[in-house]
Amino acid sequence: MAGLEDLYREIILDHYRNPRNRGELETPPAHMAEGFNPLCGDEIQVFLHVDDDTIRDVSISGQGCSISQSSASMMTTAVMGKTVDEAHQVIRAFKAMMSIHGDDLGGDSTGEAQEPAVGLGDLEALRGVVKFPVRIKCATLAWNTLDQGLNESASAS
Amino acid sequence: MTPPPDSIDMSLDTAAIKADFPLLKQEVNGQPIVYLDSGATSQKPRQVLDTLDRYYEEINANVHRGAYHIAEQATSAMEDAREAVQRFIGAPSSSEIIFTKNATEAINLVAYSWGRANLTEGDAILITALEHHANIVPWQQLAAERGVEIRWLPLTDDGRLDLTDLDQMLDGVSLFAFSAASNVLGTLTPVRQLADAAHGAGALCLVDASQAVPHMPTDVTEWDCDFMAFTGHKMCGPTGVGVLWGRTELLDAMPPFLGGGEMILNVTREGFVPNELPWKFEAGTPPIAEIIGLGSAITYLEAIGMDAVRAHEVALTDYALRTLRERHGDDLIIHGPVDTTKRGGVLSICYRDVHPHDLSQVLDQRGICVRAGHHCAKPLMKLLGVGATARASLYIYNDESDVDLLSDGLAEAGDFFSHQPD
Repeated sequence: MAGLEDLYREIILDHYRNPRNRGELETPPAHMAEGFNPLCGDEIQVFLHVDDDTIRDVSISGQGCSISQSSASMMTTAVMGKTVDEAHQVIRAFKAMMSIHGDDLGGDSTGEAQEPAVGLGDLEALRGVVKFPVRIKCATLAWNTLDQGLNESASAS
Repeated sequence: MTPPPDSIDMSLDTAAIKADFPLLKQEVNGQPIVYLDSGATSQKPRQVLDTLDRYYEEINANVHRGAYHIAEQATSAMEDAREAVQRFIGAPSSSEIIFTKNATEAINLVAYSWGRANLTEGDAILITALEHHANIVPWQQLAAERGVEIRWLPLTDDGRLDLTDLDQMLDGVSLFAFSAASNVLGTLTPVRQLADAAHGAGALCLVDASQAVPHMPTDVTEWDCDFMAFTGHKMCGPTGVGVLWGRTELLDAMPPFLGGGEMILNVTREGFVPNELPWKFEAGTPPIAEIIGLGSAITYLEAIGMDAVRAHEVALTDYALRTLRERHGDDLIIHGPVDTTKRGGVLSICYRDVHPHDLSQVLDQRGICVRAGHHCAKPLMKLLGVGATARASLYIYNDESDVDLLSDGLAEAGDFFSHQPD
């Protein structure tokens, strides 16, 4: 049986209590993407300033549970300063980790077991979430919203 | 607590009732299950499950079609269930009982059939600030299509309907659609008073009684409402069956909602003649097993007695409000009215700064099932200033020990999330 400690690792609780890059950025130049979890009512806004194909700044506002808030906080530190391509790699690696079935990677996966192209660092702490399938949507909310934001800012520029 | 001397003892034998529910015998995460989510759906007693089995094993046949023995039995069992519903809600005629798939479909039926036949631009509908999405969105769809105005009756600070400006808000309104009981706050609304006010202003009224019919005696004649909707699965019945009750003269004047088999008297290449009530509104093969199962659920509840069900829930809600507040003090917010005579057994909880989703996760480890989220009432959540609550809802199989376990679980969640990292 998966216990609470498998889900709520210390680093997750730390990011929940002390969220990084919390707040709003001025739009424009930043772009705002909004995500909803219709299941629990969580709402998130990802502010994204992309310049010269690089994420110059990223911040989070909105409300949610410890899993969605800590995942969003860790996400901002993981993609800050990265190029858009690198950010997409992190998104893919994270969503692969959040997949119940190892081969359910979506995108252009060939179905082979795929090693993440990038290290996930602190984000590894969220690996336990897959044992609690209802919470996967909490963990991926910020990431899907970031993905949407990157696509929207790419098509806007 | 000593009851007043003139009161009769209506306490339920919850242990015996619990023994009727097979699901409540199981363990979750190594603990006996504590089911506190009957506001979402109730559990089903053995008697209802046996009825479903017997239907499929002995009389499964399509209704109102075959002239053979089991088809007649199936038809008769289904129409018996219709009469059980009529009796249970105090309806004047069983032909006013229309089976739908749930309360949502029942409300949509009125919005599509009555609404589109009667409302045009400039007309208005009044709803309230505590409605479930099922009694909001169908009217918003109608409003968008027809240019109908939607007005919202506000709430008082303790989550009751604020009736101060009711007459003014009803001025020019064609329909007043409101809940008899809130699925978030537990608030019971003064249905008869609201119906009288609607009629005084020349409006019809529709009552969403999904959270009331399972929990207390219901009498649409006493309510003097015009339409009433509820669902079977929150009252010990199967999923997939709900009920719309409406006054004969209104239902007779309304065009059919869905078209197809069963709802016609005659079809030619040129057109069709709709069937009589209630079949006019029951297109296609109905959920026969579920309807018969709902009849069985009504028999089960009638044997307990709806007065006794209500008395049990008032006492248990009072116990919960009292003990939870005593133990958790300011750490705990329970939304909605304090007076148990004005509320049902729905407890929407915010505990310290623990997010409801995290709270329900901790409770789940103890086998306790509560609902976390917006409860399909986002406009109300916005009014309360919260994105979500954890909701514990009580029913006939719950007792004080369930409330005590909930209380222990809250304390554990508080400890867990207040522990500071080193």
